[in-house]
Amino acid sequence: MAQGILAIGELNEDSSLASVTGEVLAVARKLAGATGAQVSLVLLGKNASQRTKEAIALGADKVWVSEAEVLHENQIEAHLAALAQVCKAADPQVIVAGKSLFGRDLAPRLAFRLRVPLMQDCIDVNTDPATKRVVAVRPVYGGNANARVASPVDPQFVCVRPKIFEALPPNPSRRGEVVQAPVSVDASVVKVKRVRRVKEEATGVKLEDARVVVSVGRGIGGPENLPPFQDLAKALGAALGASRPVCDAGWLDHSFQVGLTGKTIAPEIYLTWAISGASQHLAGCSAAKNIVAVNRDPNANIFKEAKYGVVGDWKKVLPSFTATVKELVGS
Amino acid sequence: MPINIIVCAKQVMDPETPVSAFKVDREAKRVVPATGIPPVVNGFDENAVEAALRLKEKAGGGKITILSLGKSFVNDVIKKPLAMGGDELVLLQEDAFEGLDAFTTVQALVAAIKKIGQYDLILCGRQASDYDQAHVPHGIGEMLGLPVISMAANLEVKDGAIHVERKLPDGYEVLEAPMPAVVSVSNELTPVRLPNLRGIMAASRKQPTVWKAADVGLEASALRSGLELLDLFIPVSEKVCEFIDGENDEDKGRKLALRLREAKLI
Ligand SMILES: Cc1cc2nc3c(=O)[nH]c(=O)nc-3n(C[C@H](O)[C@H](O)[C@H](O)COP(=O)(O)OP(=O)(O)OC[C@H]3O[C@@H](n4cnc5c(N)ncnc54)[C@H](O)[C@@H]3O)c2cc1C
Repeated sequence: MAQGILAIGELNEDSSLASVTGEVLAVARKLAGATGAQVSLVLLGKNASQRTKEAIALGADKVWVSEAEVLHENQIEAHLAALAQVCKAADPQVIVAGKSLFGRDLAPRLAFRLRVPLMQDCIDVNTDPATKRVVAVRPVYGGNANARVASPVDPQFVCVRPKIFEALPPNPSRRGEVVQAPVSVDASVVKVKRVRRVKEEATGVKLEDARVVVSVGRGIGGPENLPPFQDLAKALGAALGASRPVCDAGWLDHSFQVGLTGKTIAPEIYLTWAISGASQHLAGCSAAKNIVAVNRDPNANIFKEAKYGVVGDWKKVLPSFTATVKELVGS
Repeated sequence: MPINIIVCAKQVMDPETPVSAFKVDREAKRVVPATGIPPVVNGFDENAVEAALRLKEKAGGGKITILSLGKSFVNDVIKKPLAMGGDELVLLQEDAFEGLDAFTTVQALVAAIKKIGQYDLILCGRQASDYDQAHVPHGIGEMLGLPVISMAANLEVKDGAIHVERKLPDGYEVLEAPMPAVVSVSNELTPVRLPNLRGIMAASRKQPTVWKAADVGLEASALRSGLELLDLFIPVSEKVCEFIDGENDEDKGRKLALRLREAKLI
């Protein structure tokens, strides 16, 4: 009979533990708390066995590892084949994955390969006290509504939105077991090959990691109005972000886009200028600790999520704001 | 070499429907379409149609079949991909498709794709703006045993293989897969052409092929979502915004900075 929870871990290119791993372990532990189930983690890739201690400290009771060469790059078909084998061996009742860049392709395919439905992009996950089954909340219609869903079959497969669940504080005295994953993947499963990978040097602060983000919307009018915002970002040591229309119009590259189909960020301060606060935009910044909004429309949706707001024309608010910031930060 | 492409396109509620007009019937667990706002073709699916048209132009020929699944369609809306230049429209239409989740939608689409038969590529939008699951393309690939590449910003056929450019947080990559393959297309593949008059005229003369579930070997009464939908609700924000007042906008800007300093945020 299916039992236990299997969390799917992820390694970065440099073999460090990807942050999403701590998050899926925290979700798995939360679910285990209700049923006493065992939490296993599967960790595939180069030097995976060097990360098991860390994984156990973050909540794993058991870690399945494989360092098979075919798994060294995060090549999806190889990982899928391996994960399907681990799922078969572990026979879990629940699978927890994270919707990272890799996970957002991996989780749906693994679910279909196992022929079970997927609870995708979840922002809340609980155990129903009566049925002991997983109940997950996922935003739909761009975040305009939330759906509460459950899967009637095992394994119940949830994929969680990144940066919503916090990893548990590492506990180095936790104990756990490490086992070799029964993985045998032939290189012939790899059909998709990488032809080229180009890194573009990011200038300034990285949007995903920034403590402060200055974000601009369609209401700034055009690319000619960007410099004063870049100036403000510089004064605050902040990264620049944008809504989708700004990127679709080419005022800024799509790498600046925050939202459902852009980046998910969780800065301390998210300063929005002339952004209306569509649910698809908020989906990428709802984990920000403090949203600050400047918008000339007092009924703009952004004010529903903001902690501090100014109803006004950015053209008039921005110069005095930046000047005051410079005085304060300089002093 | 001519290229045959199937593009999956969905008719959805207009995602730009203002938040104030967005209503949920909690009893029926479904969204109530806002009156007076017509549905649209899912935006990312239009990017996929655009991708298909460019590939066909480059190949110098071929056929683009638009495949759409739903309970009912607004003719002018669902014909837009034809007006953009698509060749054929197949509607998989059945009352039982209403509210069906991705798990079962995939089974039905796969059955229709098998019936259509000849294809070099299956294109989808990266996600639908209603259920935002982003897994129909992955499911189609898995069920057909085909390679899947998601989030294409650009596509090109080279030596019988499909080359796909995808954006990454710190740059981009180009992936290659043998055909047939499934590719989901992102909004970075722009601009999406607008239908011109000739296209609209041509589309209006075309009759969609309509298939019922039984036509693709499925039993309508047996169709069930994979997931149970327990509840559908509009989330409420408990946040209360502190509005910064001032004599004029300049003053508000200054006071905002001071308030953020006071709160130790800057
Ligand atoms: C499937 C899907 C995915 C999407 N994904 C994303 C996403 O990832 N990220 C995203 O951002 N959007 C996304 N969108 C788009 C989203 O629905 C909105 O259209 C978009 O966020 C609106 O951007 P905006 O707020 O900049 O523009 P608008 O909604 O046009 O708002 C502009 C605002 O500027 C204000 N304004 C104008 N002039 C001034 C002025 N002088 N001073 C002060 N304020 C002014 C206006 O009052 C208005 O509130 C997605 C949509 C779909 C359908």
